[in-house]
Amino acid sequence: MRNIASLLFAAGLGFLLLVIAGQLGFGEPSMLIGGDILSAAPDEVGAANIVTAVLLGYRGIDTLGELSILFAAATAAGLVLAGGRGAAASHLSDAPAGFILRTGADLLFPLLLGVGFYIILHGHLTPGGGFQGGVILAAAFFVLVLARPAGGMSHTAIAVIEGLAGAGFIALGLWSLLADGDFLKPMLGKGVLGELLSAGTLPLLSLAVGLKVGAELAGLMTQLSEQPPPELTGQPLAGQSPEHTAGPETQD
Amino acid sequence: MGLDLMTWVALLTVLLVLLSAVLVLVLDNFIGAVAASGVVSLGVAVLFVLLRAPDVAMTEAAVGAGLSGVVLALGLRRLGLWRLDDSELGAGRAAPRRPGGRGRA
Amino acid sequence: MAYLTFETILYAGAIGLIALGSLGLVLSRHLFRLVLALAIAEAGANLLLVLTGYRGGAVAPILGVHQPGTTMVDPIPQVLVLTAIVIGVGVQALAVSVLLKIYRAYGTLDLRVLREHLELDLAKAAGIRAPGSQEAPAGERPLPPPIPAVAKAAKESAP
Repeated sequence: MRNIASLLFAAGLGFLLLVIAGQLGFGEPSMLIGGDILSAAPDEVGAANIVTAVLLGYRGIDTLGELSILFAAATAAGLVLAGGRGAAASHLSDAPAGFILRTGADLLFPLLLGVGFYIILHGHLTPGGGFQGGVILAAAFFVLVLARPAGGMSHTAIAVIEGLAGAGFIALGLWSLLADGDFLKPMLGKGVLGELLSAGTLPLLSLAVGLKVGAELAGLMTQLSEQPPPELTGQPLAGQSPEHTAGPETQD
Repeated sequence: MGLDLMTWVALLTVLLVLLSAVLVLVLDNFIGAVAASGVVSLGVAVLFVLLRAPDVAMTEAAVGAGLSGVVLALGLRRLGLWRLDDSELGAGRAAPRRPGGRGRA
Repeated sequence: MAYLTFETILYAGAIGLIALGSLGLVLSRHLFRLVLALAIAEAGANLLLVLTGYRGGAVAPILGVHQPGTTMVDPIPQVLVLTAIVIGVGVQALAVSVLLKIYRAYGTLDLRVLREHLELDLAKAAGIRAPGSQEAPAGERPLPPPIPAVAKAAKESAP
């Protein structure tokens, strides 16, 4: 009965979305704001990547909101997980990874760092930006933790980087507020389109966003990986989904 | 068949994505389910490229297949759901397979 | 085969993902599968959002690659989806952490078992007796003895 109701619900949801989508006119977007932004962005912001221009220039405050949501999620996860970090056993719970992973991690770390910073700093020229580069930076630091779990990562350093990057973002916005009257307005002139040092403060904002996101996600993943597995906490293994609990016990 | 290349690629990718989404909900093995969700993210990233959205495709590929998969897999290990095959379940199963095959006398 | 256009395929894919994700959310009995279904539904919703900005025959919104003046796709849905993807992974990380806490507290992730645990805990915290099973909803037999004052008042007012 529950399955039938769920199937009807999903079918009804699908039908509703299909009706809405059928009236949207695929291939001719209405572009109420998009057209104006496409024509005005190269002159006003000076960035070649229009998505970054909108993300950091026209709608910078939405990016600030997203950074605060990420901060809230990471802090809440840290609060939830703090009670579980066991005693000395947690660092030794995972054996150090094999030779391939350790060597690969040592080789990959500078490459990932370079690619991450490249994508962050060129966010206003090519597809990329703060978020993509920040995720790659987080992966770079986490690969080291995966290879040597006993080494761990200093949570203080991560917190300091994250705090400074977030404060830097807000400080740039406040500076443009005091100097120009608009919070988070791109300053420092437009520059030549296509150069690395163009589009005003947009590379600086990208850098702040990238460092903050990278530090946050790296810290979050390290906190998750420091939780002890259930063998050490004395818990029974969580069972499978109950549709198949009858399987292993009744066979053989 | 009369469809151009982009439509073919889109059709195959959408079929792959929908099949992997069904697999996520149906698979018993949770590692397989996490891997299937990574396949869904990669397929959606390819669709983003077809829709002329390179920023979004890069973010979806990095976050969906990379970070989200790692977070879910880390959680699996700590939740005790990390099973590579079904032979470790229950007490009544046969003896675990010996390494080296059965060819040796 | 005339209806298999680019548009139909992509819309079917996005809406199918959302429908599958919400189906998984409603039907799954294991909490971890709920988190996975949420991830699928988010991917489908992001795809649907980017679909609305597509213009046939246009190029990506990056200057300097094509001739100036070529029509570009709408950049606004892409900005929204960029934000949504990153927030989605934050929510998934928080969900996994909460799942860890639940598992440490109750030892299981099965929704039906958890519901019974929750009802017991709530009843204990409220100081009342836990609700009975589904077979005997009114409690054990024999029923507890009536309160003496109420029984006397009923006997005096009856005849």
